[in-house]
Amino acid sequence: MNISKSPWVLHYDGSSCNGCDIEVLATMTPLYDVERFGIINTGNPKHADVLLLTGGINAQTAPVVRQLYNMMPDPKVVVACGICACDGGIFKECYNILGGADKVVPVDVYVPGCAVRPEALIEGVVKAVGILEEKRKKLKESMKAGYCTVDYSKIAIHMTADDYDPSTQYDAVLTEEALRQQAEEKIKATAKPAPKPVNAAAPKAAMASAAPAAQPKAADNNVKGENG
Amino acid sequence: MTAWMIVKALIYILLAPLIGGMLSGLDRVVSARMQGRQGPPVFQPFYDVNKLLHKQTTVVNSIQVLFVTVYLIFTIFTGTLFFAGGDMLLVFFALSMSEVMLVLAAFSTNGPYSIMGAQRELLQMMCYEPMTLLVAIGFYYANGSFMVDDLIRTQVPAIVQIPGFFIGFVFILIIKLRKSPFDLSTSHHMHQEMVKGLTTDLSGSNLALVEIAEWYDVVLMLGIVGMFFITANPISRIWAIISCAVVFFLCTLIDNLFPRVKYKTMLIVTWSVILVFAGTNLLILNVLK
Repeated sequence: MNISKSPWVLHYDGSSCNGCDIEVLATMTPLYDVERFGIINTGNPKHADVLLLTGGINAQTAPVVRQLYNMMPDPKVVVACGICACDGGIFKECYNILGGADKVVPVDVYVPGCAVRPEALIEGVVKAVGILEEKRKKLKESMKAGYCTVDYSKIAIHMTADDYDPSTQYDAVLTEEALRQQAEEKIKATAKPAPKPVNAAAPKAAMASAAPAAQPKAADNNVKGENG
Repeated sequence: MTAWMIVKALIYILLAPLIGGMLSGLDRVVSARMQGRQGPPVFQPFYDVNKLLHKQTTVVNSIQVLFVTVYLIFTIFTGTLFFAGGDMLLVFFALSMSEVMLVLAAFSTNGPYSIMGAQRELLQMMCYEPMTLLVAIGFYYANGSFMVDDLIRTQVPAIVQIPGFFIGFVFILIIKLRKSPFDLSTSHHMHQEMVKGLTTDLSGSNLALVEIAEWYDVVLMLGIVGMFFITANPISRIWAIISCAVVFFLCTLIDNLFPRVKYKTMLIVTWSVILVFAGTNLLILNVLK
C-alpha cells in the first residue's frame, strides 16, 4: 500500500482560454472517471498532492501559483496541462505573459496539447504519481537527515542535502519584485522592435540579481499564506 | 461482568475503524454507481488515510493538533462507552464534547474557510443536539433505563414504542454523517464555496485523524440505529444489522438526490421533523404511561 493510490489534485488556471480547464473537468465525468484511480479534485492546496496548472502564467497569477505551491504539503508534484502551461503557447508573445508554469514553480510533468486531451491528462497524472512516490522516498531520507521541517519557505526545494543550494531555490529567486522586473523587461522588449536574444536573456539576469535579497520577501509571503 | 465490558470496548476500538472505513468506501462506490461511474475501490478510504499519514503535516498553530487529537479521543471514548453498555446520556454528552473539539480546532486556525465551517458546524449541532438528547429520553420512556446494557435486554424492540424517535434520529443522521442536503460545514463534494470548511486548514496526519474519528462516529451512529431493534432475542441482531444497512443506503441515496440547502432551511426542516415525529411520540408515550 503506497501513497500513489490516492493522489488528490488541485487545479489552477493561470490565464488560459479555459479549454484545458474544461478538459480537466471532463476527466471527472462518467466517461473518464478518474476517481477509479482514487483521484479527487480537491479545491484545497493543503490537501492536494498534484498541482494541475493550465494556461500561461501572467504577472498577476504568478504570486498566486507560487503561494498555492508553497501551501501544498510535501511530497508534491506539478503537472503543466496544455501547451500554454508548458511554455506559453499561443499567448507567449503577449506583454503580460511570463511564459509556462515552469517560470514560477518547478514542473515535473509536461502534458502538451491544445486543448489537452483527457486521455493525455490522465496519463500525465499517472506519470506524476510515479514521481510523487520517488519524492516521498527522498522526503523520508531528508526527514531522517533533519533537512525537512514544516517551514513553508524551505520545503519546496531542498529535499536532500545535495539539492540544497540557496541560489537555485525558486522561492528565493522569484520574488514579486523579480517578476515585475521580468514583466517590465518584456514590455520594453515588445514596445521597441528589438532583436529576440535580448528577450530571452533578460529574465535570467533579473533572477540572478534578485536572488540575494529575496529571502525576507519569501518569508513575508508565507505569513500571508497561512492566514488565507 | 466488567471484564466482558472491557472486551467489548476493545472489540469496538479495534474493529470500528475497519468497519467505518469500509462503509465510507462503500458509500463512495455506491455514489459513483448512482452517477453512472465505476468509482474507486472499496478500500479507497484506507489508501487515503495511509497517504495522509505519510504526507508532511503543516500546522497553523500547535493547539490545533491538541484539539484534533482530543476530538479523536473523545469520539473513541463515546463509542467505547456505548458499545461497552454504558449510559446513553453520557454517550451523547461526550459526543457533543468531541464535536466542540473539532469546532475549536477549526476556529483556532483563524482561516476564513475554517471559521465559516466552524460556525456552520455549530449551527448543525444546534439542529441535531435536541434530537440526540430526545433519543436518550425516548429510550428511557420505552424501557425505563439509560444504560445500554439494560436497553438491549428488553422483550419488545424499542421501535414499537418510539417509532417517531427513530424517524427523527435517521433524519439527523443525514447531518451527522455529513450528507448532501445538510452538508454545510464540510462540503464534501468538489468545488463548493466552502473549499473544505472545517477541515480546510488541516493537512497530513491531522486530517487523517479527523477521517479516522469519522469512521468511529459512523459505527457509533449505526449502533444507535441498531439499538431501536435489538431485544433479548438473538435473532433481533440480524434485524438491527439489516436496519443499519437500509439506513446507511438511504443516507447515500439522499446525498445523491438533493442539492445543499441554506442553514435556515436546515434549522426549520430539522426542528419541524423533530417536533412533529419525536415530540408527538413523546406526548403519546406520556399519555399512555
